[in-house]
Amino acid sequence: MAQHGIEPHSHGLVPLQTRNERPRSTSASDFQEINNRQEIWRYLPMERLNGLDAEVMSEVSASEVAIDLAPGVTAQWIDSSAAPVGSAGLPEDRISAIAWTNASKTLLVEVAEDSETTNPTTLTLSLEGLDARAFHLFVKAGANSKATIVLDHAGTGSLAENVEILLGAGAKLDFVSIQDWDKGSAHVSTQFTRLGRDSALKHVVVSLGGDLVRVTPSAALDSPGADIQMFGVYLADSSNYFEHRPYIDHIAENCVSNVAYKGALQGAGAHTVWVGDVLIRETAVGTNSYELNRNLLLTDGSRADSVPNLEIETGKIEGAGHASASGRFDDEQLFYLMARGISESEAKRLVVRGFLHEVVQKVGIAEVEDRLIASIEQELEQVGV
Amino acid sequence: MATLEIKNLHVSVDTDQGKKQILRGVDLVIKSGETHAVMGPNGSGKSTLAYSIAGHPKYEITDGEILLDGENVLEMSVDERARAGLFLAMQYPVEVPGVSVSNFLRTAKTALDGEAPKLREWVGDLKKAMTNLRMDSDFTERNVNEGFSGGEKKRHEILQLELLKPKIAILDETDSGLDVDALKVVSEGVNRAKETTDLGVLMITHYTRILRYIKPDFVHVFVAGKIAEQGGPELAERLEAEGYDRYIKTDA
Repeated sequence: MAQHGIEPHSHGLVPLQTRNERPRSTSASDFQEINNRQEIWRYLPMERLNGLDAEVMSEVSASEVAIDLAPGVTAQWIDSSAAPVGSAGLPEDRISAIAWTNASKTLLVEVAEDSETTNPTTLTLSLEGLDARAFHLFVKAGANSKATIVLDHAGTGSLAENVEILLGAGAKLDFVSIQDWDKGSAHVSTQFTRLGRDSALKHVVVSLGGDLVRVTPSAALDSPGADIQMFGVYLADSSNYFEHRPYIDHIAENCVSNVAYKGALQGAGAHTVWVGDVLIRETAVGTNSYELNRNLLLTDGSRADSVPNLEIETGKIEGAGHASASGRFDDEQLFYLMARGISESEAKRLVVRGFLHEVVQKVGIAEVEDRLIASIEQELEQVGV
Repeated sequence: MATLEIKNLHVSVDTDQGKKQILRGVDLVIKSGETHAVMGPNGSGKSTLAYSIAGHPKYEITDGEILLDGENVLEMSVDERARAGLFLAMQYPVEVPGVSVSNFLRTAKTALDGEAPKLREWVGDLKKAMTNLRMDSDFTERNVNEGFSGGEKKRHEILQLELLKPKIAILDETDSGLDVDALKVVSEGVNRAKETTDLGVLMITHYTRILRYIKPDFVHVFVAGKIAEQGGPELAERLEAEGYDRYIKTDA
């Protein structure tokens, strides 16, 4: 009698068993059309895509990116077919491939080898108009350099974006991506990072505005001794759909990864999604990895999806852990603060600020922190707190 | 001179099995400078009394009154009660992640006084109060109650008592979980507050141990949601010797 499972056979659509199996290509036709039946798009409100899934779109022009460079940092627009484009990563989904193909030029920002600056370099991309646009940024941090780069998205627009970040050996880079779009905007950003030997990247995602914002940062840790810290802060109100999918691929030995995303949601219809993937390959001996996502729901009717995934192919690691929790205001915390004379609204502010503080303080750039705190205040005022 | 009057207080809570009556007619008057000990077996409603006075939303007042200097406390929100001069030192203070002790104390002081304390004076008062309670100076940089030991939590509660200067303080099992040394330090703090601000104290406790360090003027024995017997300090000594069995038997 034939026994089920002995012969190779098909069950039809079988989901990928490991994060590593996703196909990579710069060609949109190598990927299925987007629909909610695919895991990577399952939460996406398709009607808010504003044409970002169209195969042909125009690209962001040089005049739409304001560049403020710190000493030791240079910027130039290069042809997207030229090196180093593609050396930090390649698309794993259709919108990333579309953005890749449609951005004929790439903004290349380079930090010179051995240079050290404390002033941030800021790139402000502002759009006016909802027609879909493609953009490609490449950040190259030279060996043993130290720099901070802030990529700020503002205005009203529909943007399909690829960001590549490549760190040379011993480089230290703080990279901040801020999504502060006006109402009606849609933004899908794929951010590839590849870390050289003993380099350290702090990657910060701050999502504050936009009808649809999807940021998928990934880290290829294929050189030993690299250290990546990924932090995210988001504040979603009823007009926002924010999706963040960090992915850490531990390939080389003795790398460290730490992912921490925290979000506050308020208002009916506010929806955030966090899917954190960590893959520790057989070769990644001595890995130390942790990922965390926490959400604070300030009012009824908002929804936070949080999915941590951890795949471990070797037992020879220092540590691997994950944590995920979503909750409402803790009444006992409010009671404790109010029992000391603090008004309800002030108590709520303390709790929210305190909740986000752990991540906000990691940003380490005063201007960005101030802006975040101002946004928190503004959101809380909207809830009537 | 402040007076807290509790009259015929009936309190219930919602449980899975429906409403449960916990306090069944409590009468108590606490004046400035007086120390009252409320003692009783577990489950007699002592903590319910404490939280009902402070205004915890879990407890429903079904009958009776609470007045502070003639003002109706039951109509006040939790923060209004604190600003009126009531203070509850909690048995299980909650963690407030990301909020430093220093930020919390200054925010509370500002809320109570209606204006921010003068910085130099405040820093001095804080430092002195912490030294008195044998607390390290880096304590203020930690997040409220996060990772505090049992003893640190109780010291932190009494630190607030000394800095916020209420008229009437309710101490909910402040002695539980403390070793003798910590108990002495915490008791000294309460006694300092009594001396300097003429504080009225309602001390809720299961054991007589803390009464060696904080001398009560009145002792009330709490059984099944009401006061079963009251007297002076000698009543506490009798409880020490005999326990609560006598009341429970009578009750049954």
